[in-house]
Amino acid sequence: MGNLIPFWYIIITILWTGFFVLEGFDFGVGMLHSVIGTDEAGRRAAINTIGPLWDGNEVWLIVAGAAMFAAFPGWYATMFSAYNLALVLLLASLIVRGVAFEYRGKRDAARWRRTWDVLLTVGSVLAPLLIGVALAGLLHGLPINSSQNFTGSFWDLLQPYALWTGVTLVLVCLLHGATFLCLKTTGDMEQRSWQVARRVAPVTAAFVIGFIIWTHVTASTTFFLNVIELLAILAVLAAVWLVYDHREGFAFAATTVTIASCIIALFVDLYPNVMVSSTNPAYNLTVHNTASGGYTLKVMTVIVIIFLPVVLAYQTWTYYVFRRRVSRQEFEPPAPSHGAATEPEPRPTAPSSQPGS
Amino acid sequence: MTNVDLARVEFAFVSINHFFFVPITIGLAFLTALLQTAWHRSGRDDYLRLTRFFGTLLVINVAIGVVTGIVQEFQFGMNWGAYSRLVGNIFGAPLAMEGLAAFFLESTFLGLWLFGWDRLPRRIHLLTIWAVAFGSALSAAFILAANSWMQHPVGYTMVNGKPQLNDIWALFTNPVFVWGYSKVLFVSLVTGTMVMLAVSAWQLRHGGDREVFTRSARLALIVLVPAILFTLLVGDELGVIEGRYQPMKIAAAEAQWTTCQPCSFSLFQIGGGNNDQTPTEIIAIPHLLSLLATNHWNGQVVGLNPLQSQYSKQYGAGYYVPNVFIQYWAMRVMAYLGALVLLLSLWGLWLIRRKKLATSRRFLWVAVWAAVLPFLMNTAGWFLTESGRQPWIVQGIMLTKNGISPTVSVTTLWISLVIFILLYGTLGTVDLILMLKYSREQLPPPRTETDADAPVPAVLY
Repeated sequence: MGNLIPFWYIIITILWTGFFVLEGFDFGVGMLHSVIGTDEAGRRAAINTIGPLWDGNEVWLIVAGAAMFAAFPGWYATMFSAYNLALVLLLASLIVRGVAFEYRGKRDAARWRRTWDVLLTVGSVLAPLLIGVALAGLLHGLPINSSQNFTGSFWDLLQPYALWTGVTLVLVCLLHGATFLCLKTTGDMEQRSWQVARRVAPVTAAFVIGFIIWTHVTASTTFFLNVIELLAILAVLAAVWLVYDHREGFAFAATTVTIASCIIALFVDLYPNVMVSSTNPAYNLTVHNTASGGYTLKVMTVIVIIFLPVVLAYQTWTYYVFRRRVSRQEFEPPAPSHGAATEPEPRPTAPSSQPGS
Repeated sequence: MTNVDLARVEFAFVSINHFFFVPITIGLAFLTALLQTAWHRSGRDDYLRLTRFFGTLLVINVAIGVVTGIVQEFQFGMNWGAYSRLVGNIFGAPLAMEGLAAFFLESTFLGLWLFGWDRLPRRIHLLTIWAVAFGSALSAAFILAANSWMQHPVGYTMVNGKPQLNDIWALFTNPVFVWGYSKVLFVSLVTGTMVMLAVSAWQLRHGGDREVFTRSARLALIVLVPAILFTLLVGDELGVIEGRYQPMKIAAAEAQWTTCQPCSFSLFQIGGGNNDQTPTEIIAIPHLLSLLATNHWNGQVVGLNPLQSQYSKQYGAGYYVPNVFIQYWAMRVMAYLGALVLLLSLWGLWLIRRKKLATSRRFLWVAVWAAVLPFLMNTAGWFLTESGRQPWIVQGIMLTKNGISPTVSVTTLWISLVIFILLYGTLGTVDLILMLKYSREQLPPPRTETDADAPVPAVLY
């Protein structure tokens, strides 16, 4: 039964990685939608590149949390209690972001839309920042006592390494979102996406390299970087080069690998700890002293082996269905004369009747 | 307030709010799927227009249901750390299954349905809305299995004083789960149909398309009648089952301090609560409590006082009586509102027979306002269930006061509570405004002959 514990650590790593790879570009698009889309049609086009996808992507976070709850209840309990206020802020950002997608177009008023645009942008920056700070804290260490309880306060979370990690994740998501928009938009929006990507890429690379080295120094006893750390550095350098070389598909692939390897590197360097105690290394939470019993892990293993491939299959299919680019022309209001001719109704405002093309 | 009180208030607040959106989602997803199926089968444009109209209302609520659902999952770890640590190996399992099997399904296919109108073949597109309906109903199954385990723990052994899961099936054959989940499904249908009925009624009163909205009002009523009947029947059986495993809950719901046989049911009482064991009962119906609590005409209901002394012996000194005031009134609000909904639905059915549904302005007026009933009824039901479990967080295994995160401070709890109240207050208001706005919109225009076979344009943000 012992080897199900590392297996579940791998599953949780996969879930967090999946979350960042997918929701990462959603965050990036959320941060950038007002920059890439300079008018209402453009902003709507930007948001609609992720319209059908973001909700399913966000579920990766829920499942990552629930999987920790089921497989490592001790880890879940200590981590979520320790991050109480940070998680309240994270939840607020995610909630505001989620409803912003849904609600900004539901009223035809400029102020209403601007408000949701601002909230969407702020929420999209805060969410990866806070999660970055939270994940970094696991590795860097927090005041945890002998009974696995966090004894510090909110301010203990804001260590330099944690803040650096948070900013790194924001930048990686930003670049990931920009390369995604290069793939999914057309015309001047695509041009602006490239511009943003070129501006962001070198800064992101600097932060990723710093993050990897800092992580390595914090957690590893060897001198040389491990494979996954090296991969993160190579991937982000490749991303910079590909962005400047205007290779859209490869650039997006490179940012995908960057974001994935950053998260995996953090989890690899953390193992077998799950939360380091800065009070006393003997109080570290590890996969072994926080895991569920063998029966629970066995049941959950069956569940994850059945369902994760199914989920991957239909999510992949969704990406295939919505593979085409979104252009701002689709969202331009119809010319007034045309509208008057075809719409005899005085209030043709039901959203479900808004034409898609 | 102590940190236990604050953590409880916060959990109650976010859960009650979350459960406003859950039953609408489950109910409306099912009804929208029915409408789209009707369109698919008959090809009648009315059904397509109704699908799009009610689909919009569905989507407005799903958005909040999903994001408030994340809060629910985080609450256990944030404020109930000791509880999560002790029972996560059991309670966490259905939650993880919920995410993997249901949440992914629901949210991925909602995206496909919403944006896939002109991208997917019609048959596949119809399947996507059924996947949403199925996913939302399935997610309720897992969370109810987890909640039922707190009411009546099964499928575990104690290892070094800690419960360890040893039979996952027991969680899903738990009688509290079987009946509780059925009740949630029926209640969701009641909520969804009451919303649909109210919207249709408003439209009929205000010059909306008479033929189309009569159709949706009839569909709502035809689903509502059996749904509310089953809600009441299943709810009654759930009461009997909970009475067996949680006798305190049922005794407190009648403020029954002494053991009785047969037991009468009081319609109202004056006074009462945990410090007044002799309230004035108004209109006591003989035998009714026996019947409700045990299914027997002369069934015995053990009183709160004998239960208290029995629990003190079994679990050690302590006060094991839940809040009697809440139990007594939650039970009555739930039951009386359920009866009102039943009467309304029968009235509507009678009007359908008389072919007067679209013209009875009195019924239509009542039906609009009756939309608040299922929400009040559901909230009262959860008060009855959750407050009735107190002082336990897991019946017989862990007390609520021992379940909190020991190092989360009162200040932190106050801050988070205030943030949630502000956030949910704003969201609730926005949701209500949008629901009202879109309920009062005109139907999407019918499609002309020429584009009847053309793809239906997608809904976009």
